Amino acid sequence: MSRLPSWCPWPFLQGGPASLVLAGLLALTVAPASAADKRSGYQDASPETQAMQDDDAANPGFLWVQQGETLWSGRVGNANRSCADCHGAAPATMRGVAARYPMFDARLGRPITLPQRIQQCRVERQGAAPLASESDALLGLTAYVGLQSRGMPMQVAIDGPAQPSFEAGKALFTTRQGQFNLSCAQCHDGLAGQRLAGSVIPQGQPNGYPEYRLEWQGMGSLERRIRNCLVGVRAEPFAADAPELADLELYLGWRANGLRVETPAVRP
Amino acid sequence: MVRVLISVPKRVKRGEAFDVKLLISHPMESGQRRDDMGQAIPRDIINSFVCTFDGDEVLRADLFPAIAANPFLSFAVVVQESGTLAMTFTDDHGAVQTETASVTVE
Repeated sequence: MSRLPSWCPWPFLQGGPASLVLAGLLALTVAPASAADKRSGYQDASPETQAMQDDDAANPGFLWVQQGETLWSGRVGNANRSCADCHGAAPATMRGVAARYPMFDARLGRPITLPQRIQQCRVERQGAAPLASESDALLGLTAYVGLQSRGMPMQVAIDGPAQPSFEAGKALFTTRQGQFNLSCAQCHDGLAGQRLAGSVIPQGQPNGYPEYRLEWQGMGSLERRIRNCLVGVRAEPFAADAPELADLELYLGWRANGLRVETPAVRP
Repeated sequence: MVRVLISVPKRVKRGEAFDVKLLISHPMESGQRRDDMGQAIPRDIINSFVCTFDGDEVLRADLFPAIAANPFLSFAVVVQESGTLAMTFTDDHGAVQTETASVTVE
């Protein structure tokens, strides 16, 4: 803990017996949760939040789903083509798709997330301008596609050409960063289930994105959530659509393999 | 026009209560916050809600700033005949929106 900055707001971290206790806590073996121990953030949410997610009429994420459903059949771009013109009815053709993202894109030679795939389709096949990242339209389309995989187990592939990206993502997950000098793994593998102030530290499983967060009073992507965490440890967040983010999301997706998709999830 | 999700059973029993659920996408800006420049962000909430059934008022509610964004309203209604529920809400900008849902008594 000697690398904490001298202006650290928690004086007890600067030395003395308390800092040794904390250092000991952080030094606990950090190992990814095994399949049986995987725990969706749903299980760590309050009963009220769970009830909100369980009832489609009360889940605010469905406001975005509704928008996405409209956009799915709206013709746009130079090609004057809608998503439905190529893909047909989403409940049939998009079933299970979101559970496989992020997915390695052979042409780009890197993993691509679901919102990025939607943007790619929009630009290349529809000839339309990309949607703004974190816009209601993009979140809506992603949520609508994601909903079609609800209840299906996550199955993100990391074999073959995806391996280097997976390793890069894993390295990011376990690398200490920011002024607090913390890695993702220290909290979400090592201390998951314990508390950070009043909140339970979840395992950080990405099986419900895009999700409605009560804190945001709105919908957000996994990218936004990661940015949130990075700012929390006082690290420089990745730029929007940075390749590192896709690597990290690939690792997180693999880490959640087997958990059921909950899109659109509701979280505190 | 804001996005609204309404949940009403398609068919209901005469004289038996059923739930009407309404989810409205609205920022519900409380008026208590300030922006980056220190200027107060004006209040922008849905301030009134009225539900009628074939013209008869069923529920009238005043909403206040402590209600979170994207408010969720749920209430029980009893009807004797088939008809249409009309739900009207007004926000601080004076925008009025009405959504309808038909109810069939079996």
